Amino acid sequence: MLSSIKKYFSDIYNGVKSLFTGMKVTGHYVTHPSEIITQQYPENRDTLKMFERFRGEVVLIHDENNEHKCTGCSACELACPNGTIEIISDKAIDEETGKPKKIIDTFVYHLQMCTFCNLCILACPTDAIKMAQTYEHSVFDRSELTKVLNKPGSKIMQGIK
Amino acid sequence: MEEVAQNIETQEYFINMGPQHPSTHGVLRLMLTLDGEIIKKVEPHLGFIHRSIEKMCEKDSYQQVVHLTDRMDYLGCHINNEAVCLTVEKGLELEVPERVKVIRTIISELTRLSSHQLWWGVMGMDLGAITTFLYGFRDREMITDIFEETCGARLTMNYNVPGGLMFDIHPNFQNRTKQFLEHFKKKLPEYDELLTGNVIFTERTKGIGYLSKEDAISYGVTGPSGRASGFSCDVRKKNPYSAYDRVDFKEILFMEGDCFARYQARIAEMWESMKIIEQLIDNIPEGEYKAKTKAVIKLPPGEYYQRVETPRGELGVYIISDNKKNPYRVKFRSPGFSNLSALDKMARGFKIADLVAIMSTLDLVIPDIDR
Repeated sequence: MLSSIKKYFSDIYNGVKSLFTGMKVTGHYVTHPSEIITQQYPENRDTLKMFERFRGEVVLIHDENNEHKCTGCSACELACPNGTIEIISDKAIDEETGKPKKIIDTFVYHLQMCTFCNLCILACPTDAIKMAQTYEHSVFDRSELTKVLNKPGSKIMQGIK
Repeated sequence: MEEVAQNIETQEYFINMGPQHPSTHGVLRLMLTLDGEIIKKVEPHLGFIHRSIEKMCEKDSYQQVVHLTDRMDYLGCHINNEAVCLTVEKGLELEVPERVKVIRTIISELTRLSSHQLWWGVMGMDLGAITTFLYGFRDREMITDIFEETCGARLTMNYNVPGGLMFDIHPNFQNRTKQFLEHFKKKLPEYDELLTGNVIFTERTKGIGYLSKEDAISYGVTGPSGRASGFSCDVRKKNPYSAYDRVDFKEILFMEGDCFARYQARIAEMWESMKIIEQLIDNIPEGEYKAKTKAVIKLPPGEYYQRVETPRGELGVYIISDNKKNPYRVKFRSPGFSNLSALDKMARGFKIADLVAIMSTLDLVIPDIDR
């Protein structure tokens, strides 16, 4: 009888003590605001920088002369597991040799189907595409996510085969 | 009074838990047969998030199969990737460089840590403690940063390719991992202070959801859930892959088989994971980050099987090849599915509120169960 009463009170004591052990931890963070790591997201947009390998979306690299390196070989189209990339190619005459060669007409990229697996970037033989570090992709209409990656009037760089 | 109670006619009734229930961690529907508040039977109904990943694998090349496994157990996605890559490498009889093996092991253990951190936070939240959720995510954030810098993504990393890694580790990788270990060694005892000793938590987990060793074996409950019942099933010890044969770590075994033992097993596993990373982080051998493979991988005809230890248990990948560039058939033995099958056995005779605790300690990830 006595031992059960003793156990009853020691259980209460240990229970309350365990609650205060936990509260000591949370209390520590109340008194040490420097250890809080919360970021104020929409406000810190200007200073927020993604890591260089972060996979945001596929972009076709253009230089200052509006030239890109894409030969239209469609290796990326084959590497893509979801049919995200569609290359519509065109024929043109090579100025140096006079033979017909393949160039890209439109490089269509369906962002809504992309799983950001990076296989297209690995497949590209000329390093024409890369992953950009953009991160806000929400739009009002789904059709806005289908993008044409080659800029109007752009053409292939000299010497890329 | 007892006479009155005997004369009242009661009948069993059914109740649905889920598919939209916060403590099922996804879209899992449980049909409960109840007598008052006591559970008589639990019937899980699956299929709400079935995406036919196994069928989709049949149209993909071996490089493309890897990224689909990210979407199964999304908390241990690096280990899923590794399982597929190891199976393909087994088929090709390809020996990957030592550097790859060590990096894969380090990242696997980081994945296990981040998965257990999230589990710890969510487990506390299921039992009514919001604080743990925030603390668990705070420490997990450091690991996701490491992954983001090296692999390029935070959740669906797709860092392994058959033959090695997608790219070499980032120069900051070692420093960041060491910083994290230093940080987390101070924070893990906080987990114990907050939850392990807490009187409400122990009352709700000790003696709840008992699973015997025999049942664990016959249901195929693996991972920390099986090891908490005394079933020694760590693939890293029994069938070492990557660099696990050269590191020193303990297989965590508990004999109690209740919710609290499963909880303790995971906390103890976090210490072991940190031990493994510490042994390897300074000893990454120099060399290539990828063995040379052909652009189109074709496995010789035959059947290939490889098992790995994910945070939830044993994942098996079974590939049948008929010498084409796509697999003929892919089958995943996912740990969540087998662990869920023991839920009925564990929950019978306990109350509905206990079922929440039992499900949390099983650490269910529904896309892993449904695929």
